[in-house]
Amino acid sequence: MTARERIAGNVAGYVDDRTGAAKWMKKNLTKVFPDHWSFLLGEICLYSFVILLLSGTFLTFWFDPSQREVIYDGGYQPLSGLKMSAAYASTLHISFEVRGGLLMRQIHHWAALIFMVGIVVHLLRVYFTGAFRKPREFNWIIGVGLLTLGIVEGFLGYSLPDDLLSGTGIRIAEAIIQALPLVGSYIAFFAFGGAFPGEAFIPRIYTVHVLLLPGIFLALITVHLMLVWYQKHTQFPGPGRTEKNVVGYPLMPVYMAKAGGFFFIVFGVTAFLGAVASINPIWLYGPYTPGQISAGSQPDWYMGWLDGLVRMSPPIETHALGHTISWNILIPGLILPGIMFTGLALYPFIESWATGDKREHHLLDRPRNAPNRTALGVMALTFTIVGLLNGGNDIIATTFHLTINQMMWFSRIGIIVLPPIAFIITKRLCLSLQRADRELVLHGRETGRLVRMPNGEFTEIHEPISAEKAWLLTSHEQIAPLELPELDEAGVRRPSAIKNKLRNRISRATAVAVPKASETERRELEGHH
Amino acid sequence: MSNEIELIKDPGLPAHVHRRADSDPVAATRAERQVAILFILSALGTLLLIVSYIFVKSDKFIFIPIMGKTNLQQLGLGMGMAIALFCIGAGAIHWAKTLMPDEEVIAQRHEFRSDDEDREEFIKTVKAGASAAGLGRRPLIKRTLGAALGLSALTPLLLLRDLGPLPKDNLTKTSWKKGTRLVTDPGDRPIKAEDLEVGAVAQTLPELAPGEERTLNNIGKDAVLLIRLRPEEFNLDAERLSWTYQGIIAFSKICSHMGCAVALYEQQTKHLLCPCHQSTFDVTRAAKVIFGPAARPLPQLAITVDAEGYLVAQQPFTEPVGPSFWERSS
Amino acid sequence: MKRLSRLRRHRAAGPILLVFALFTIGTTFQVASAVNSDGPTIASRSATIEEGKQLFLKGCSSCHGINAEGGQIAPSLIGVGAASVDFQVGTGRMPMADMSTQAMRKTPVYNAEEVNALATYVASLAPGPAVPGDEILNYERDGSVANGGELFRTNCAMCHNFAAQGGALTQGKYAPTLMGVEPKHIYEAMITGPQSMPVFSDKTITPAEKLSIIKWIKSAEAEPQLGGVALGRVGPVTEGLLVWTLGIGLLIGVAVWLAMKAR
Repeated sequence: MTARERIAGNVAGYVDDRTGAAKWMKKNLTKVFPDHWSFLLGEICLYSFVILLLSGTFLTFWFDPSQREVIYDGGYQPLSGLKMSAAYASTLHISFEVRGGLLMRQIHHWAALIFMVGIVVHLLRVYFTGAFRKPREFNWIIGVGLLTLGIVEGFLGYSLPDDLLSGTGIRIAEAIIQALPLVGSYIAFFAFGGAFPGEAFIPRIYTVHVLLLPGIFLALITVHLMLVWYQKHTQFPGPGRTEKNVVGYPLMPVYMAKAGGFFFIVFGVTAFLGAVASINPIWLYGPYTPGQISAGSQPDWYMGWLDGLVRMSPPIETHALGHTISWNILIPGLILPGIMFTGLALYPFIESWATGDKREHHLLDRPRNAPNRTALGVMALTFTIVGLLNGGNDIIATTFHLTINQMMWFSRIGIIVLPPIAFIITKRLCLSLQRADRELVLHGRETGRLVRMPNGEFTEIHEPISAEKAWLLTSHEQIAPLELPELDEAGVRRPSAIKNKLRNRISRATAVAVPKASETERRELEGHH
Repeated sequence: MSNEIELIKDPGLPAHVHRRADSDPVAATRAERQVAILFILSALGTLLLIVSYIFVKSDKFIFIPIMGKTNLQQLGLGMGMAIALFCIGAGAIHWAKTLMPDEEVIAQRHEFRSDDEDREEFIKTVKAGASAAGLGRRPLIKRTLGAALGLSALTPLLLLRDLGPLPKDNLTKTSWKKGTRLVTDPGDRPIKAEDLEVGAVAQTLPELAPGEERTLNNIGKDAVLLIRLRPEEFNLDAERLSWTYQGIIAFSKICSHMGCAVALYEQQTKHLLCPCHQSTFDVTRAAKVIFGPAARPLPQLAITVDAEGYLVAQQPFTEPVGPSFWERSS
Repeated sequence: MKRLSRLRRHRAAGPILLVFALFTIGTTFQVASAVNSDGPTIASRSATIEEGKQLFLKGCSSCHGINAEGGQIAPSLIGVGAASVDFQVGTGRMPMADMSTQAMRKTPVYNAEEVNALATYVASLAPGPAVPGDEILNYERDGSVANGGELFRTNCAMCHNFAAQGGALTQGKYAPTLMGVEPKHIYEAMITGPQSMPVFSDKTITPAEKLSIIKWIKSAEAEPQLGGVALGRVGPVTEGLLVWTLGIGLLIGVAVWLAMKAR
């Protein structure tokens, strides 16, 4: 035993005496993690969160979350002598007088954008591969919670500097609160400590942004990761991979090195963006005052789809019995997003109700093998993208020589018409891909080489695919549709007849598939050629 | 004869393919050297960061192709940090890929479900504990516990009451009164009718009483847009026409949709555009909404001139300005 | 036949005569339209007006009317002043070729002298805003950058965007970018209110305040990139675009490399 090994042994023994750590450390250091690039997307979010904590803490050492009025006497001449809030002035100080301050501000903001992009692509991966199915439904719900909270946290974060652009965003948020029936004006006055803009809002959202939400994030992310750890990660189907095993690499050393290395990659890319790309140049926006506005005012992208929905809303407001309800604000701003996020969170249960599939799943679906789910996802994505595009309709109009009026009408009609079209096209595409897979298994790969047979017939040579590939293309399950009875044994209509009929219909639509190739069919074909 | 369809079988994990570094020591040394170079690059990045922090002045700019004139310190700090971090990561990943063992390992999944005995034990334990607590047999305890917990839950809500004042009539009142002069924003200069040409626009606020301070809260309700047209271009009823003065018309600048400043005036079409959600208002018809999500026209301020010819308000706004709320009756 | 008569009937006679006639007309026109380089005397001012009138009749009257009274497709120019003409023609907006949306800044057709002639002619029709002289335009001396920024954000940013990059109006119209615009033209636009732009009277935005605005615009134009590539100075739209292309692209690229088996 070398000296180093002896010392390490002593340390390990010291810790184990007090915690019994050796047993679970041994088990966890050899834990197996499957390796696919798309499993790293969630890590992008995790590492971005750490970067946000680090860069954010740095910023808190100089930021003054107060709206009291100060006269600017810092180094940026175009704002010299102007009245502004202390929050805005301290952000200018960080940007221009603190070395590395602007870099850290930019890293913090780019990290926030990357965090949200990571969440969305991670969500898409989990959704389209069906990783949310039992036993991972609750992890999915936590994920949707993280998405929602991330949107709020980002909005509060970029509102802290109290500049013209983010102040406009706060004005719009206040209008949404104010529009709530019965309690709107009261909640708005409580949130803002009085009329808008007041002096209480920035200090209060500072506490939420720096303490409350990060605390909630830490808790949720910990549970999210613990569930992945305990339930083990899912894996793509392939040779040697079953529902009962995990094929991959052990935590120590491979996964530690790769995942740990990826943290530095994410941090490095974020720092690169912070170094070369300007973001949120608040000194150009100017301090917030309700009497000013800039052309092309948008929120950050993860709220852009909400802004787009608000823009395209028809001007509906009802006035009755001395009261007003602003449907043009409530529907796009609260009701629609509420329905969407609730539907998203409950989706695992909706799908298992529709298909009747209550089993555990640890093997992922190739998206083409779940055409209904994939098409539904593309439909929801289309809806969101139309909203997102409309959020930037004025900038798109000036860049591409369109009119904002055209963009609005395109969005109003498109958001209703395009998603169903996207659904149909995607479902058809998935079924075509299934058909292509079947052809590949049964007939092999087309090589493009032509051969003339002795009898004069021309045929193309097909190369049979490998056993591994054939397994990959046929290992998926094709669940039969539900056939729930409407009548009981005595022929009397059940109370749940309508529900059963609906479920049967939906599961039939979900079960539409091209039957997968089988060994039997292959052998039959061999006989022919 | 069997009617069963035989499915294609799982061929099992494919044979392991060795990497060059596994068998060839030269390739292994080369990989090791590549990893080392990446780590050295990272160290150089940190050096760049340190040098930029200590020695580069914050007001120095250099020209970089594609980027243009860039702040040198910002670039040095940022690129130094980026290289330092990225290369550590790249080095670690390359090390894992080329040198660490890459044989796939198979681990078994365990079933999560506890076995039936454990489940029954669990249910028994909970039942025993519940009956030991005796809530079922002692409804008085249950009810009073419920009341105590329920009431205490109200406390945090109550303690938040002083977060803000009640709105009362704050949302319905502005600083505009009969005779309040319109002054320029910024500048606080009163405006005479003849100061505005046809086609002119002015950003205005109510004149402050001596010693009075103007807060952002005031601006958020008081901001008014002044526009001059030719009188014959108006398409207003008699009352609204009487609120204008020789072609000059005044509107609240706070959008009736969600409160952004509506100051974008198109001189030829006589339209106002709010850049937040593209609501469009027709000035000739008392800011009637002609496009976009706003549901109400902008409130019009009745104006006239005082004895010295300065523009003044005839009366306060006849309706609340800004976004709608529950208590708004129209 | 006599020699002259024979030459007259030469088949090259026609073309040569044509070239000679064109040359004569051309040079006569050049000489006639040459502007006097001394300051405008009364005599030379009326010569300028006359020249301007000729230019006007040739290039502008087809839309604006023989007497600049306006018509179906173009407004009257009576009373618009020299400043309007100097702005519209000097920035190349006029003559307007593409009538679809709005007059765009393009390469001016007329040179500085011709612009001056046209402006003087139109100014002679009725009183209107004058071209600001260099003494008036000394924004470096008479303007304040900080005040100019405040004025810009209150009066201009809602159309032209916070960094004067331009913005959308309704029905395809737009407020153009103010980058690279001469201070004189900025001033003239404020006082004449071209097309969709309203007029900013000298009493509501004083001449000193106008100079402050110009000083701020020029300072924004000259401001080097403080945080990196500016991404158009239009706000979160381009920032989001960058993160969805370069940002996630780089990260997924590395992820794919990470999971690939080494050779």
